[in-house]
Amino acid sequence: MASNSAPTSTEYIQHHLQNLVFGYHPEHGLGIAHSGTEAAEMGFWALNLDSMFFSIILGAFFIWLFKKAADNFTSGVPGLLQASVEVIVEFVDTNVRDTFHAKNPMIAPMALTIFVWIFLMNLMDLIPVDFIPRLGEAIGIPYLKIVPSTDVNVTMGLSLSVFALMIYFSIKVKGGMGFVKELTLMPFGSSNPLIQAILVPVNLLLEGVSLISKPISLALRLFGNMYAGELIFILIALLPFWAQWLLSVPWAIFHILVITLQAFIFMMLTIVYMAMAHEHH
Amino acid sequence: MNLNLTLLGQAISFAVFVLFCMKYVWPPIINGLRERQAMIAGGLADAEKSSQKREEAEAEIAVLLQDAKAQAAEIVAQAHKRGTEMVESSKEAARSEGERLKQSAQTEIDQEVVGAREGLRKQVGLLAVEGARRILGSEVDQEKHNAVIDDLVKQI
Repeated sequence: MASNSAPTSTEYIQHHLQNLVFGYHPEHGLGIAHSGTEAAEMGFWALNLDSMFFSIILGAFFIWLFKKAADNFTSGVPGLLQASVEVIVEFVDTNVRDTFHAKNPMIAPMALTIFVWIFLMNLMDLIPVDFIPRLGEAIGIPYLKIVPSTDVNVTMGLSLSVFALMIYFSIKVKGGMGFVKELTLMPFGSSNPLIQAILVPVNLLLEGVSLISKPISLALRLFGNMYAGELIFILIALLPFWAQWLLSVPWAIFHILVITLQAFIFMMLTIVYMAMAHEHH
Repeated sequence: MNLNLTLLGQAISFAVFVLFCMKYVWPPIINGLRERQAMIAGGLADAEKSSQKREEAEAEIAVLLQDAKAQAAEIVAQAHKRGTEMVESSKEAARSEGERLKQSAQTEIDQEVVGAREGLRKQVGLLAVEGARRILGSEVDQEKHNAVIDDLVKQI
């Protein structure tokens, strides 16, 4: 809580939705923002410490866990960890093989990383909303958002990386001209050069919008779902303590489905976009 | 909610995680899985092969068993035959032995009878001579009448 007096509902909600931002403030200099407005004033050159911290911790946990399973991997009788890891890897591998038919050793590991990492980040949503922020307050951290995927920067960071790879592989596979042709000669084409010339801007507009909308929809879909879920948990947390479980338990159970589904959708769309980038026309 | 450097930080950590996953995590797991798939496929093929072999062996066993049964039946038949033969020959031997014993007994009896008859004849001869001597009162010279007596004895 920002103030020592008991916060109002609005203050409570706003506090929970504020990241721990570190950056250069025009007036207060380098430091941690102490309010939402201060954070906004820091502009682009600021870092959400909490999002970075939790996402890297969770990513490192994923890598550590799977590396451990990979190091002790046996094609004989698997242990409990290996069996669980195998299920996930098989699941991802099946999805990649069904959708992505070109040869690229990067796609499947990337899909696995996306799926597990996003799942873990989403999973933080199931930790009761006050537990860790209160703990942070006790050691002097004013703001703490523990669900990295409720930060639009995190989801955008992922989707823009996917977008960059899309463009890279498109140009690599189809060539620069091939990529430009894909953007300008479709969906409307004509054998008459004059009509074709008129159609080029139309195609470019359509294809451009559809291209740009991919990373944005990818990022906002995940962000929106998680942000909304988190907001509802916060609203439930405003109820009297003895009544909260009535709503938070069903919502949490429903959320187990949502977090898995969102991780899966993000992975699946990434695979589809990569497959499109590798497609020849 | 503002876009800031976190975006780039995320992109960088994403790249690092993906590269690490690609290099150290994915290959060993997926190779292990393929290996296991191959092992299972091999195991199934082996099982198929051995069941085929078992069927062949069973067929072979059936043939062998039939042969053995036929042989056994033959042996039994031969043994029966042999047994019957042996019984027959034993019977034959016993019969001839019995015959032989009977004959030798007969011969003995005959000899005894002859001997006894001879003895009796002699005694009767002697009794007759004694009787005659007593009746005649005179001495019958045995020496003299031996011929008569022998003649008489032979007639008895």
